[in-house]
Amino acid sequence: MTDIVDERVDPVNMPGDVVLEARDLRVWYATDRGPVRAVDGVSFELHEGEILGLVGESGCGKSTLGRGLIGLLPEGSARDGELRFRGTDMLTLKPREQHAMRGRDLGMIFQEPLTRLNPLMRISEHFAETLKTHDKSISKAEIERRSLDVLRVMGIPPTRFHAYPHEFSGGMRQRLMIALTLVLRPPFVVADEPTTALDVLVEAQIIRILHDLRANYRTALLLITHNLGIIAEACDRVAVMYAGEIVEIGDAREVFSRPKHPYTRELLRSTISLRTTGLNFIEGAPPDLVEPPPGCHFHPRCPDAMKVCATRHPVEREHAGGSRAQCWAADFKDGLAADVPESERAPLNREEISVADEA
Amino acid sequence: MRGLLRQIWNTKGLARWILLVGAIVTVVFVLFALFAPWIAPFDFNQTRDAAGVKFEKLASPGSGHLLGTNDQFYDICSRVVWGARTALEVVLLSVVLSVVIGVPLGLVSGFLGGWVDRVLVFVMDAIYTVPYLLLAIIFAFMLNDRIGSGIVAAALSLVAIYIPQYFRVVRNTTVSAREATYVEAARAIGARPTTIMRKYLFGNVVQSVPVIGTLNAADAVGTLAALGFLGLGIQPNEASEWGYDLSRALDDAQAGVWWPALWPGLAIVLLITGLTLVGEGLNETLNPALRRRRLLPVRFTPREKVDAT
Amino acid sequence: MSSGSGSLSRYIAIRILLVIPMMWVLLTLVFFLLRVAPGDPVSAAFGGKLSEDALDVRRHNLGIDRPLIVQYLEYLGQVAHFDFGKTISDNRPVLDLVRDNGGATLTLTLGAFLFAIVVGLPLGRLAGRYRDSWGDIVIRIFGVLTYAAPIFWVGIMLVLLVVKLFPSWPTSGMASPITIFTVQPKTHILLLDAIFSGDGTAISDVLKHHVLPCFTLGLLLSGVIIRLVRVNVIQAMKGDYVEAARARGISERAVVRRHAFRNALVAVVTVIGLQVAATLAGAILTERTFNWPGLGTQLVKYILARDYIAVQGLVTFFALIVVLTSVTVDIINGLIDPRVRY
Repeated sequence: MTDIVDERVDPVNMPGDVVLEARDLRVWYATDRGPVRAVDGVSFELHEGEILGLVGESGCGKSTLGRGLIGLLPEGSARDGELRFRGTDMLTLKPREQHAMRGRDLGMIFQEPLTRLNPLMRISEHFAETLKTHDKSISKAEIERRSLDVLRVMGIPPTRFHAYPHEFSGGMRQRLMIALTLVLRPPFVVADEPTTALDVLVEAQIIRILHDLRANYRTALLLITHNLGIIAEACDRVAVMYAGEIVEIGDAREVFSRPKHPYTRELLRSTISLRTTGLNFIEGAPPDLVEPPPGCHFHPRCPDAMKVCATRHPVEREHAGGSRAQCWAADFKDGLAADVPESERAPLNREEISVADEA
Repeated sequence: MRGLLRQIWNTKGLARWILLVGAIVTVVFVLFALFAPWIAPFDFNQTRDAAGVKFEKLASPGSGHLLGTNDQFYDICSRVVWGARTALEVVLLSVVLSVVIGVPLGLVSGFLGGWVDRVLVFVMDAIYTVPYLLLAIIFAFMLNDRIGSGIVAAALSLVAIYIPQYFRVVRNTTVSAREATYVEAARAIGARPTTIMRKYLFGNVVQSVPVIGTLNAADAVGTLAALGFLGLGIQPNEASEWGYDLSRALDDAQAGVWWPALWPGLAIVLLITGLTLVGEGLNETLNPALRRRRLLPVRFTPREKVDAT
Repeated sequence: MSSGSGSLSRYIAIRILLVIPMMWVLLTLVFFLLRVAPGDPVSAAFGGKLSEDALDVRRHNLGIDRPLIVQYLEYLGQVAHFDFGKTISDNRPVLDLVRDNGGATLTLTLGAFLFAIVVGLPLGRLAGRYRDSWGDIVIRIFGVLTYAAPIFWVGIMLVLLVVKLFPSWPTSGMASPITIFTVQPKTHILLLDAIFSGDGTAISDVLKHHVLPCFTLGLLLSGVIIRLVRVNVIQAMKGDYVEAARARGISERAVVRRHAFRNALVAVVTVIGLQVAATLAGAILTERTFNWPGLGTQLVKYILARDYIAVQGLVTFFALIVVLTSVTVDIINGLIDPRVRY
């Protein structure tokens, strides 16, 4: 897999214009207990031909962010902030206009490929429907040409074009889903844990395909995963999400070799590799996002927590090496938070937390 | 069992209303059934008043007869009230009998598996394909010559159609529960089959019985009336039965006389609706997966100002 | 793993072969329920009306003085040749009853089914698509009422209404006596015979008689179909492929029609096979309500005459119809749903 890493620095594949830009984006779910702050003030940008990895534990808002970018949210959820696609803020568009952007401008690859194709429709019908939706005047020959083109790239033989979904294996179905997304050439694609449901060999194949996308199509890709190995293999940049916020974002190598946020560090430590001698894990569970903890959301689980962490929300700052992180401890280490008094820097007493929790 | 009652008591929202309305309607009919002799102005088979004067035939509602009389000189109001007793007697008997037979049969079949299970499933499936009314007709027809056409015969005819239903549900739940991890765990620690069946499967399976029971009761009211309407149910001199009264009202309806048909039919509709509502309310309470949560609307809070210096 | 016709025909063959054991269980059930009994069919039908000797003669003629197992095997043999026996009370082959009265039941049920589908599909789809809207609530209440109100009572109420509002509209029977007298029975289906006769008044007379019974039975069935379609549309709208289609920008209308509704229909077709049984039960009651000369009326008549052989024959015929329709539905399902063939 080392050749993939080498491709990453290939100047031909250098990132181009900004395709997608989120500014203080919030995506909240409605429940019977009040809103869940699944995504709470997230900012980042994504360039043409760039792959941004998004990691974090289950329930930290990764999938919600991915769906929020596409506008594919369950009933009762709402978005707020700015979300610019090539300059236009999509949140100000009418629902009909947002709907029309899906598929054409914004693509989505889902986690479980087995149930994502309509069992009653042939593959060819899926392609014809998708293409016709976005181009009413498209000819039959054109549909077939474009579909077979992208299917060939995905390694699906043209003889299977008229088959039904159930006649394909899981890995093939995921490639079909990717083909169905790419046939419209969307400049931006979200891939939400595209390999979780597949076995390891198929996983490598799919990751390879996704990685090659930017060479073939110049697609900007947001790759959601909880597998750090995949990020290291395929992504240019990585964003680490915790409790609805991006706590650290930067160049994948930089983040992995010099993590700034304690959460990133702990996440990397808990990864199993061939060199692993003992198992590490982060104590506790992600917080309830209806009422996230005050201050830094990670402070109840953080080994580096200080007094300030429990009261004041950290500010996102750029650190040496270009990564941006929101963490008081990292700020002090790099001498970035001069305005916080010395007394606030004392280690946080754990008993105080439990008392605060009960209060 | 107490947990179940508390769960029902704590029902919220729509399910609570459904349950409440259904319960009230059902309770009214239960009161009719229990206190029929005191509520009904006359006996169900009475055609003469206290002075021995025969009632008027097809008397219109009002004077002397609140809801009128029918073509057999019966007082319709009394027939409707007494009919509640008949309906509830038959329904109770048939539901209890089908539970007592169907549930153990399904448990044993699902738990044992093998050829016993396969044969039973096949036979029950075959019975299930027969239109339920046809099955009841066959049984009523057969029982007529053996034990007459009273309440017991009618109840037994209904039992025949409900046993396969209980069998199916209980057997399928048992089969899936048998594979469940907690039952496997119980087996792994050496629990005996009878213990597993009693402690783990029965409790699990019994959850669905109140729901099916009430829904079947609703169904039984309709089927009993259908049998009566076809002349296969309870005879008028044995007990008052709404379906039979409706079959008597057919010719009057063609002549435009409405009262003999309206009231018994309305009683059937109300009792079935009441029982169905109770069943649906229970279903919604006991199967939380069906429930649809009320969502609170999302209102974004203003952002906290933070300076990024 | 090919979608060739080979797998489909194999599926159909297996499905048809399964009919045989199913039918056998049903026949055995019917035979023993109706025949293994103290007393016998002849004394049930003629007891008290004929002398003991005369009863013996009839018993011998019918062959029911032979051992039960012989009769059982003979019965199975007869059914295999589509012979359902002869009635005791008036000595008619049951097949003649089916021929003479089956047409009336057929046009009644088909008319009702047509009505139910035309009304039930769009309403069920609407209710499922706009779940919890006012339209949905009204449609659901309608569904509950069609379930709670006995079909014969609904029929009687409709008769009362029609008698009051349109006194000349027919509320009983399948045709006026004059029509029955003038139309030549060719197909034994009165509606078709009237059409073949080319007599306009006869056609309109028969059609008018059909309206009320078909509407009544149709109401009951439409309630069933609405409930089925609604639940399945709701289920299908939650499908992963529906979300995926939305993610590709497919319009909401196309998502509902091509993805959700089509998949819901497959599920509905599967269960609609079971509704044949409900239709038949409803038809028996509707026939009695409107004095409709169909098989249900015949069944009730022979039941009241305590004619075991006639009842046994008719019930066997009904069971055959139910089993055959359920097979047909399964085969149709195999044709429209590519997954079923495996």
